[in-house]
Amino acid sequence: MIQCRRYSAFVLVALLCVLPHMLDRYWIDVCVSIGLYALLALSLNVILGQAGIFHMGHAAFYAVGAYVTAIVNTQFHIPVLWLMPLAGCAAALFALLVARPIIHLRGDYLLIVTIGIVEIVRIALINDVGGLTGGANGIFGISRPEIFGFTIKKSMQFYYLVWGMVGCSVLLLGWLARSRFGRALSYIKEDDVAAEGCGVDVARYKLMAFVFGAFWAGMAGTLYAAKMTIIAPESFSFMESVIIFAVVILSGGSQLGVLVSTFLFIGLPELLREFSNARMLLFGLAMMLMMIWRPQGLLPPLPRRYNVQAALAALRRRKAEAEPEHKAKAKQGEA
Amino acid sequence: MSTVSPLLSLCEVTKIFGGLVALNDIAFDVRENSIVGLIGPNGAGKTTVFNCITGNYVPEQGSITFMGHKLVGKKPHAIVEMGIARTFQSIRLFSSLPVVENVLAGQHCRLRSGLFASMLHTPAQRQEEKRALERAMDELDFVGLADKHAEEAGSLSYGNQRLVEIARALASDPRLLILDEPAGGMNDQETVALVDTINHIRARGITVLLIEHDMRLVMQVCKHLVVLEHGTMIAEGAPDVVSKHPDVIRAYLGAEDEL
Repeated sequence: MIQCRRYSAFVLVALLCVLPHMLDRYWIDVCVSIGLYALLALSLNVILGQAGIFHMGHAAFYAVGAYVTAIVNTQFHIPVLWLMPLAGCAAALFALLVARPIIHLRGDYLLIVTIGIVEIVRIALINDVGGLTGGANGIFGISRPEIFGFTIKKSMQFYYLVWGMVGCSVLLLGWLARSRFGRALSYIKEDDVAAEGCGVDVARYKLMAFVFGAFWAGMAGTLYAAKMTIIAPESFSFMESVIIFAVVILSGGSQLGVLVSTFLFIGLPELLREFSNARMLLFGLAMMLMMIWRPQGLLPPLPRRYNVQAALAALRRRKAEAEPEHKAKAKQGEA
Repeated sequence: MSTVSPLLSLCEVTKIFGGLVALNDIAFDVRENSIVGLIGPNGAGKTTVFNCITGNYVPEQGSITFMGHKLVGKKPHAIVEMGIARTFQSIRLFSSLPVVENVLAGQHCRLRSGLFASMLHTPAQRQEEKRALERAMDELDFVGLADKHAEEAGSLSYGNQRLVEIARALASDPRLLILDEPAGGMNDQETVALVDTINHIRARGITVLLIEHDMRLVMQVCKHLVVLEHGTMIAEGAPDVVSKHPDVIRAYLGAEDEL
């Protein structure tokens, strides 16, 4: 199973590297858009897939990231890529503010509140809050990203920028999942009462997952603003949140699964453009079939691996060293 | 009692659910390095006592002191960090995760690496993970399940699941271990082994407070018993004294005029 996954991941990477050379501009743009969704889905996967927090307002944090980038870039002419951490931090701060009072809500209750968040953000943007967001027209004239004096303009260049970022995210988020932090999220998803009873600060970890996911979505927002050079409120609608949510649910929670399901969700509708009337029908049908035959999602995460043999060997070594002392202690205990 | 202050001390603890007084003026001490049993008929409020100690419930009245610190109002995870670990009456393992990861959960509050160290797998973080894994395997070995480390926790037998829960609790380095019906669902053989395990836990210097219905086990391991009935303490003392106490006999067998 692990071998199989590794192999397919390798094929996927190779394919992604050569893909733009085989496609025309339109399809490269589609792939860039898939990459942006993949970033969002990967970040939502930390919240929804790993921690099991039902969050359907991820587009709100995407919007905060994109708008912060757009406003600061157009007002102060700071290069967009420099704004990535700032956009991430702004989204994270916003997430902290809105999630702090609601994070203790469970399941569908939280879901409803997060839908509220994304709607509030969208309406606030349309109403031109503070005269900064440009109302329904949005903000235009965002500059192109630059890397060491080299301006990224062409679709192909954007493709590598976005998918490079996806690659970094897969690595970093993968490492995060294979750590104390990732384990804590698994415990919370499985049984939050037991997690709390084992010494995991459930409220804190849920909040951390939420804020961290928002940070990543904010950074994806920067890339989106730089790619489009023009952003408007309707790009961050509730429907966007639903799509990202569905991508993560369909994926089953592994990173490979997230990438595959992003391709299915964003790529397939483009392929099926001719049947655009029947598109949603097909989607609904596919979801229903999934529910019946694969309720766990496409590719659920494999268990984390531990070097148990090394740990046992180290343990035996230490015990052999401490043997005389150990025996004396045991005797004391009995007495 | 000796002049040494007790490890855990409950004082006039009262817990009310709506109109029902679940616990009424409960007061007892748990001395360091002892094995104390909490017994009583079903619905006597034993698990409620545990939940008050571990922070899952907040009592309306009274105080609970552990090593000189007040526990009431503290969150469960903070109480685990202070050194009280528990198991649950209805087994609450993370059933789809491997056994070793379940035990690692106990180590969680003893690890320090933060979000960024975790994401970047810094050398310090890797060292810490290695130590945590060793500790988890040590505890699994202690309960005799080291060879089952990779199995899904939910696939183990009932008795083994109870042992994994004990290993998980031990992995958090507790001073006091609270066991809620550890022999529930175990067969005779497993129960006999459990008596040994509990004695070994005490030999490690960990104090044990347990609820149990299996009277043979209670009489074998506990040096001190607290008896509850309808949320009230009716007796306290050594097992042989308690078992002859008229109120205890009445609670368990019913009063003569009721017969």
